[in-house]
Amino acid sequence: MRVGVLALQGAFREHIVMLEALEVAAVAVRLPNQLDDLDGLIIPGGESTAIGKLMESYEFFEPIAGRHAEGMAVWGTCAGAILVAKRVLDGVTGQRSLGLMDIAVRRNAFGRQVDSFEVDLDFAHLHGEDYRGVFIRAPWIEEVGAGAEVLARHEGAIVAAREGNMLATVFHPELTGDPRIHRYFIEDVIPT
Amino acid sequence: MKTGLAEMLKGGVIMDVVNAEQAKIAEDAGAVAVMALERVPADIRATGGIARMADPSKIEEIVAAVSVPVMAKCRIGHFVEAQLIQSLGVDYIDESEVLTPADEQYHVNKWDFTVPFVCGARSLGEALRRIAEGAAMVRTKGEPGTGNVVEAVRHMRQMNDEIAWVAGISEGQLFDAAKELGAAHELVKWVHDNGKLPVVNFAAGGIATPADAALMMQLGCDGVFVGSGIFKSGDPSTRAKAIVEATTHFEDPEIIAKVSRNLGEAMVGINIPDIPQSERMQERGW
Repeated sequence: MRVGVLALQGAFREHIVMLEALEVAAVAVRLPNQLDDLDGLIIPGGESTAIGKLMESYEFFEPIAGRHAEGMAVWGTCAGAILVAKRVLDGVTGQRSLGLMDIAVRRNAFGRQVDSFEVDLDFAHLHGEDYRGVFIRAPWIEEVGAGAEVLARHEGAIVAAREGNMLATVFHPELTGDPRIHRYFIEDVIPT
Repeated sequence: MKTGLAEMLKGGVIMDVVNAEQAKIAEDAGAVAVMALERVPADIRATGGIARMADPSKIEEIVAAVSVPVMAKCRIGHFVEAQLIQSLGVDYIDESEVLTPADEQYHVNKWDFTVPFVCGARSLGEALRRIAEGAAMVRTKGEPGTGNVVEAVRHMRQMNDEIAWVAGISEGQLFDAAKELGAAHELVKWVHDNGKLPVVNFAAGGIATPADAALMMQLGCDGVFVGSGIFKSGDPSTRAKAIVEATTHFEDPEIIAKVSRNLGEAMVGINIPDIPQSERMQERGW
């Protein structure tokens, strides 16, 4: 199995470290031709506008959508969740997203940096204890479509969801050292 | 927790801006954050006098104009400027040697604040002293407003060399290393155990071209600040975008060559020996 992490900007190295700890071949994806043989792609946290601009300049939008249509699983964390969403609320004018997942995501919904926080989450399908969610200027998922499953909420707001081979988390599982959501992506979300 | 936002800025470019229009240009070019200030360092250098925090209305104008995080600078040790900036809802405070220091003994006690701080450093000891005071992010000092990358390179190499040295010595030698570095033993031990700084480290001070940005990334920085280099150049928007792309593709010379073409005039720049010792901003802070 090969899993790519979009390495244009943001916390991509931490995802690669997590994947390697789970003995998965991880690829730092900087150009679209690196998508070709991937089973899954993680779009990391960072600044969604910066990542989006670089995706546009280096023509990532069609290839990611195309590879996804061929079966490549996709997981967006924080800024990545905004980029996979069909609908972005409070986005920058002209901000483009991949529009893959039937969810509406509100940008910076939990507030600015001073409002960043950590909280224990009851995350569906994870065995054992609650998952420690790290939220940094996080968006939230305001609505999910009929085909999407809500995986976790915080004070009513949806913070994780899945639709088929797509996963969206608005917090940062790569910063916690707890590999359970990465394992869930590899074992359950990526089709075998 | 306060180090979290810095993690999200990694691999990105933070640009100095003095008004809403420049902030929009920076955001459109793909900046991960903007630094709101009254004058860019090159102008501070040219004008002389006392450089202070920006007018709050200027900072608010910039916060309102963009969706990316906004940073603002306070003078070294000026905790009231820091309190004021925090109250404006800014995402990060840069306790900066670019402004005239307000205290020659104490830096701001950054633990007193909820907003995270970034601070400049020239060496491992200086970086660890700032981290001990609560900085959530460090950057090289370089020599701001010069368009000359040589000092940023010097500071990054100094930190890399000292980190390698601390990582290689025995546990028993750490106490003496802490004394030599002028840093807390606990932090020196963290560097020894992990072989890196405990917070994100950006390059700053003199970066003017895409190749400068890629140079700093290849030396191991987590990202880049560009101050005067963008809005003191002939074509800010194109240069800003080129520096963003070179920072992402810092190991790909073909892409760096491609984005470096036809950028127009870079800022003129200043040779460091031409700056009198007393006017070197990097000497501020300790």
